[in-house]
Amino acid sequence: MNTIETIQEEIIQEFSMFEDWMQRYEYMIDLGKSLPIIAQEYKTEVNIIKGCQSKVWVHAELKENQIYFTADSDAIITKGIIAILIRVFSNQHPKDIMESSTDFIDKIGLKEHLSPTRANGLVSMIKQIKMYAVAFQTQLN
Amino acid sequence: MFDVKYIRKDFPILSREINGNPLVYFDNAATSQTPQQVIDVIVDYYSRYNANIHRGVHRLSQEATEAYENARATIQKHFNIAYPYEVIFTSGTTESINLIASGYSPSLKKGDELIISAMEHHSNIVPWQMLCEKTGAVLKVIPMTEQGTLEMNIYEDLLSERTKLVFVNHVSNALGTVNPIQEIIDKAHGFGAKVLLDGAQASPHIKADLQALDVDYYVTSAHKLCGPTGVGMLYGKSVLLNELPPYQGGGEMIASVTFEKTTYADLPHKFEAGTPNIAGGIAFGAALDYMNAIGFEKIAAYEAELLAYATNKLTKIEDLKIYGEAPQKTAVISFNVGRIHPYDIGSILDQMGIAVRTGHHCAQPIMDFYKIPGTIRASFSFYNTFEEIDLFEIGLRKAVKMLQ
Repeated sequence: MNTIETIQEEIIQEFSMFEDWMQRYEYMIDLGKSLPIIAQEYKTEVNIIKGCQSKVWVHAELKENQIYFTADSDAIITKGIIAILIRVFSNQHPKDIMESSTDFIDKIGLKEHLSPTRANGLVSMIKQIKMYAVAFQTQLN
Repeated sequence: MFDVKYIRKDFPILSREINGNPLVYFDNAATSQTPQQVIDVIVDYYSRYNANIHRGVHRLSQEATEAYENARATIQKHFNIAYPYEVIFTSGTTESINLIASGYSPSLKKGDELIISAMEHHSNIVPWQMLCEKTGAVLKVIPMTEQGTLEMNIYEDLLSERTKLVFVNHVSNALGTVNPIQEIIDKAHGFGAKVLLDGAQASPHIKADLQALDVDYYVTSAHKLCGPTGVGMLYGKSVLLNELPPYQGGGEMIASVTFEKTTYADLPHKFEAGTPNIAGGIAFGAALDYMNAIGFEKIAAYEAELLAYATNKLTKIEDLKIYGEAPQKTAVISFNVGRIHPYDIGSILDQMGIAVRTGHHCAQPIMDFYKIPGTIRASFSFYNTFEEIDLFEIGLRKAVKMLQ
């Protein structure tokens, strides 16, 4: 099984191939366009994180001791970043998510999107991912 | 002579590079940049005569007091205000509005009415909503047209003997619409209502003559006018300000204090509790001096050219829709391209060193009116150039191509 750390390493590796910001952004836009990453029934008011700029929806389920995240956004670049976050955190054990770090975002040059000033919902999304992990971990205990 | 190349030399920040690209700063409606002349005034204050004002007998305090009061006089003169004590220094537009809202709290009764416009900034909506909740007064809204102008005939219908206050921005921050303020003021006065004019967006472009307008209250922030953040002004007619209770208690605002009773100081000190932003106030005056030396008519004429040039360029981009097409507007273009989210375009422009504002611009009711999540807003200032607009157009086309 791929651990959170190995997936993060993979992503850092992939991003290091890009020569400039344009390639990085084109990749994220592609990710954002291609993924249907949440079922329509979960795009509800309860699951919404309203940023000042873009909206983010997050849904989490526990299956066989692992959390499955699905999410979406109304902005493509935000959605691209969501796709990366889901690749890292979905299908993982709650305890591993709780103990993981998000430093890899800095390393792939997308730090500015996780700045609180962007108010795009991503900071809250990561907080939400961690909260789900804590909640499901409590269930497992 | 208006020479933008010469003017740009005054603004050190404009020579910055972002990602190897020259900075193109088109977020002037959020905050304007600061010329060296104003920066120097701040440095000079802290280097030579930093002291608390209005109470020291020593030299530094006298110099600081004099400079601060001179700045007040500069503001008075700039806005053609009758008396210097009708200029209250505040931390900015938001505090100025809250000061008035709080001042009206004891006198408003259930059933009294307040009127605001549909194109207000949140800072000119929320304080009044809070005031209504507290007093039972009712908030009425002047609706707007698709074009982004106020429905003045409905405004007339809303006015009545119950109307106590009318709040409207001189210029809308999200759309750039210049509102017909003289008409708004005159009609309100016909019913004995008072008018507060939010000048935050207009003051960098239009020099308002407050006595000629006969407006009751006027507010703005220094940072919109090449000054520092954290300082602004409230103008109020002295007959009205004298009636209002103080906003905050503290030092500076008192005449005498005993544990039984405190008597308040006269204007403007009654509303200036505590040690103010002294360097900020002095720099506010210097910023007005700087802009007046260039001349507001020249500034407005040049900005109108920038607006026309940019509007012409942008309307040629396929699927680009401009929000706010009032016949009278300041150099602001709010727009979207097709169904592309403003955040996406803003993020890509940022990579190219182009600073625009994206989102709801703290004016959610306007976004709800157009049923959009937000817009991209490019706002120009007198130090911007036609070449920068060219760079912006190229960048925008590139962003759209990436995102489509």
